[in-house]
Amino acid sequence: MKHSSSPTNTESGGAGQEPVFEVRGITKVYEGEVPVHALRGIDLKLFAGEFVVLLGHSGSGKSTLLNIMGGLDTPTEGSVHYCGQEITDFSERQLTFYRRDHVGFIFQFYNLIPSLTARENVALVTDIAHDPMTPDEALALVGLDHRLDHFPSQMSGGEQQRVAIARAIAKKPDVLLCDEPTGALDVKTGVAVLEAIDSVNRELGTTTAIITHNAVIADMAHRVISLADGRIADVNENEVRLGAVDLKW
Amino acid sequence: MVKALDRKLLRDVVAMKGQALAIGAVMACGIAVFVMATATLRTLTNSRDAYYAENRFAEIFVSLVRAPVDLAERIGEIEGVVAVDDRVVQVLTLDLPTLNEPASGRVISLPDRGLLGDGLNVPYLITGRWPEADRVGEVVVSEAFAEANALELGAKLEATLRGRRQYLTVVGVVLSPEYVMQVPPGSIFPDDQRYGIFWMSRRQLAAASDMVSAFNDLNLLLAREAVPEEVIRKLDHILEPYGGSGAYQRNDQQSARFIADELKSLRAISLGAPVIFLSVAAFLLNISLRRILSMQREQIAALKAFGYTNAEVGIHYVKLVAVIVVIAAAVGCLSGTWMGSGMVAMYGTFYRFPVIDYSPGLEIYLIATTMGLMAGVLGVVGGVRATMKLPPAEAMRAEPPASYQPSLLERLGIGRLLSQPGRMVVRELGRRPVKAALTALGIAMACAILLVGDFGKDSVQLLVDVQFGIAERDDARVHFVEAKPARAFAELENIDGVIRAEPFRHVAARLRNGQRFRQLGITGIAEGGVLYRLLDREQQQIPVTGSGLMLSAIVAEKLGLSVGDTVQVEVLEGERPIRNAMVSGLVEDFAGTAAYMNLDALNDMLREGRTVSGAYLQLDSAREQDVFADLKSRPGVAGVTLKKVMIDSFMEQMTDNMLKMRGFILFFASVISIGVVYSSARISFSERGRDLATLRVIGLTRAEVSGILLGELAVLTLVAIPVGLLFGYALCLAMARAMSTEMYRIPFVIHPGTYGLASLIILAASIASGLIVRRKIDSLDLVTALKIKE
Ligand SMILES: Nc1ncnc2c1ncn2[C@@H]1O[C@H](COP(=O)(O)OP(=O)(O)OP(=O)(O)O)[C@@H](O)[C@H]1O
Ligand SMILES: [Mg+2]
Repeated sequence: MKHSSSPTNTESGGAGQEPVFEVRGITKVYEGEVPVHALRGIDLKLFAGEFVVLLGHSGSGKSTLLNIMGGLDTPTEGSVHYCGQEITDFSERQLTFYRRDHVGFIFQFYNLIPSLTARENVALVTDIAHDPMTPDEALALVGLDHRLDHFPSQMSGGEQQRVAIARAIAKKPDVLLCDEPTGALDVKTGVAVLEAIDSVNRELGTTTAIITHNAVIADMAHRVISLADGRIADVNENEVRLGAVDLKW
Repeated sequence: MVKALDRKLLRDVVAMKGQALAIGAVMACGIAVFVMATATLRTLTNSRDAYYAENRFAEIFVSLVRAPVDLAERIGEIEGVVAVDDRVVQVLTLDLPTLNEPASGRVISLPDRGLLGDGLNVPYLITGRWPEADRVGEVVVSEAFAEANALELGAKLEATLRGRRQYLTVVGVVLSPEYVMQVPPGSIFPDDQRYGIFWMSRRQLAAASDMVSAFNDLNLLLAREAVPEEVIRKLDHILEPYGGSGAYQRNDQQSARFIADELKSLRAISLGAPVIFLSVAAFLLNISLRRILSMQREQIAALKAFGYTNAEVGIHYVKLVAVIVVIAAAVGCLSGTWMGSGMVAMYGTFYRFPVIDYSPGLEIYLIATTMGLMAGVLGVVGGVRATMKLPPAEAMRAEPPASYQPSLLERLGIGRLLSQPGRMVVRELGRRPVKAALTALGIAMACAILLVGDFGKDSVQLLVDVQFGIAERDDARVHFVEAKPARAFAELENIDGVIRAEPFRHVAARLRNGQRFRQLGITGIAEGGVLYRLLDREQQQIPVTGSGLMLSAIVAEKLGLSVGDTVQVEVLEGERPIRNAMVSGLVEDFAGTAAYMNLDALNDMLREGRTVSGAYLQLDSAREQDVFADLKSRPGVAGVTLKKVMIDSFMEQMTDNMLKMRGFILFFASVISIGVVYSSARISFSERGRDLATLRVIGLTRAEVSGILLGELAVLTLVAIPVGLLFGYALCLAMARAMSTEMYRIPFVIHPGTYGLASLIILAASIASGLIVRRKIDSLDLVTALKIKE
């Protein structure tokens, strides 16, 4: 059922043919008393509409990679192209607009603004997007149309995470980057959250990358990329993608 | 539609309402004081300038013995002189039925050709009419005197003018730019009831005082480009043969000087106070915003991750501050305007202007708001800049745990003496020394302000105690219309009810040391006198012996003289001798500029026999009234100054105003100290809510937990108070220096009680804000406090 390919062969497969992301030889060194080599040379292509899962031990560099692809951080060496543009050459301001116009983020700790309601948290993003859904639509997509006016403190962790998803998808991003979106959730809510992400990927054709520690989730992906010690250790292509509800926890 | 980010802004403001209130209040106070002082300053300045211009207030003043009117024309030809006004001015005494003691005043001639034209110092008629040139005894009277004695139009007054008894009829009430503030000669306080200014037609006054076709007082207006010193030199030269007593400029004119001095101190307040308040506000904004920013690190990162630009994020926080500043500015402007109108009303009772048009002016509000915004920006610029620089990925990681170290105190070994909570307090202070220092500084500021507020009271008390308790111990002071032989003094001595009398001689003179000179009166006092003593810096009596001159310390300073130096004395009366005299002592007095000599030595210098200008009297209080009645009946008496009445009315007025001012200052200082203590406590609470909750979970009582947080504040307050007292001391000293003029020296003294009171108020304010925060600690929800990730 699974087809394993060598680490160098990471450019095959995927739903579309044009790479959305093309990562070439990036390294990341955090300078300090003891320099930390978080990434030691990553090559990777992501294709339009593709659903990719990133696996790896704690400290293997997953978040660092995702942050660089999302324009939150810059690599020490190497380049990242997004739709042919080299975002690693972007100025601070260009990166900001790259994030504003193309990227949706979902964070492990939700990062909702506690002083804003669910609807307002989503509006925060739709306020500055080009052709967004309405916050109500986005929240309906994640099944939260009945909690529009609740504050984060009045919602469960899963609900908060779903608000975070609504916030990320409301602007109909071209790519969706999720850092352990189910890390803090129980199975049931985890499934609900994954379903929401999955449906966005299928329906809007959003290129999606998810970091997870839960190997089960890998079954949802087109491709599963494993990181170890700042390098890509393994790439698996799933011939059959499972829906979130069909995952065996 | 309100943007989501702006909603966050509003909710953030509401969430920090306590702190916003504290900061806003401090800022509003600064702005209010600024608006109040500036609006008052401007109103008074405008009213004064308009008044001076409208009523042609003179620029050069001189009095003389007597000169023919033709001389005025010659004076008009001096280069730079635009207008000349020659007048007749006489002193008079009044016998008011409502007053036991004699009142005195000046009567000034009004030109017969009418007031329009080139007259100077034109009075402003409030009610009634001008005196007719052909009616005997018609006068207009100054409003202050009319009010103090409840004089109606048509009132008849019994007066003595040049030794002749005469009835005056009040036909009008006026104001004069020359007497915006009227202080009787020889006094330092106004006494509206016993000293009045009258105006009579020139023809009538000249006839009554033997001054037909002559004048004894002259005022000039100068061209813009004129050099006043040059004009004065020429004028004095011309008037010398006519007994000119030396011309002086507007800034030496008593009433003008009074106002100018007051405006000067208002200006100092309008600049100094806002600086203190706004820097405290900036500091509070700074620590509060930094706290908010560190609490919202992840939120900021998320905003950036979603594509909000650095500028948008930065502006968001600037707006947060702007909301506070704008509200504070609005409140400050409003209350400053209100306080200003009160100040102007208060000044209106001292300074008699025809029109006081209270108009704060839009630009004052603009300047005030700008100042507030600048303080705001100053307070937040660092924090916002740091936030803008924060890379979005970096911010996703929670702040590393604060790094603690054994504090210096602990390393010195004191640690062993401390309990565990005590150690937490010390470490917290040691971890943020700058914040701790600034907090203490803010509290110290409040303490200093309190001292400044109370220091005036101590100063005035000292002034009265020394000047009237030790130096001037007479009950009444009699001035003769003109210098008289010793016999006149003997008569005073013999009045029933006079326990003791000591003569004095007063003569106008100019003291010269090289290029520097001062015009003043030399007072000759009798050796061994007890009613009027000269005091040195140590408040020891200076003996009045020999032929030396004793100068007010300020005069010596201005002339560059010290004891033992020789000074040239040009007498401006009689034969106008010019002599050299040695400075034999320095007198520490508080008002006016004076020079003293032994009476005999002065008589010798004037080449006259024993001659006196008046006497200091000690009265038998039971027979005071008889003495007054007797004095009233003596035509040679120009005036009687009653010390007790004078001091009482002065103190009453001072206390009244001071109470109001103290109220304000107390309020301001409390706002600052509560603002600082509360903000600081609130921030510590927010930073350490989790720790405190943990301690509670472990089993510490509320009191113990509060102790840790409030202990920090207690330490800061206790450190701040002595620092603040020191600050206040320096500030008061600076104030006393700044407000002292050549005319008035503000003695510098702070009573121990004043220190105590300031400390107590600060302690109370600290405790009050501690209790507010304590309530928060008590209601700490353990579960949420532990659960919520900041
Ligand atoms: N700002 C930083 N400074 C220094 N080292 C850093 C910094 N951020 C990350 N690292 C280090 O870089 C390495 C990779 O970190 P990264 O966050 O990418 O790991 P991860 O795979 O996401 O781990 P986890 O599964 O625990 O989230 C780690 O060793 C981490 O300690
Ligand atoms: Mg990670």
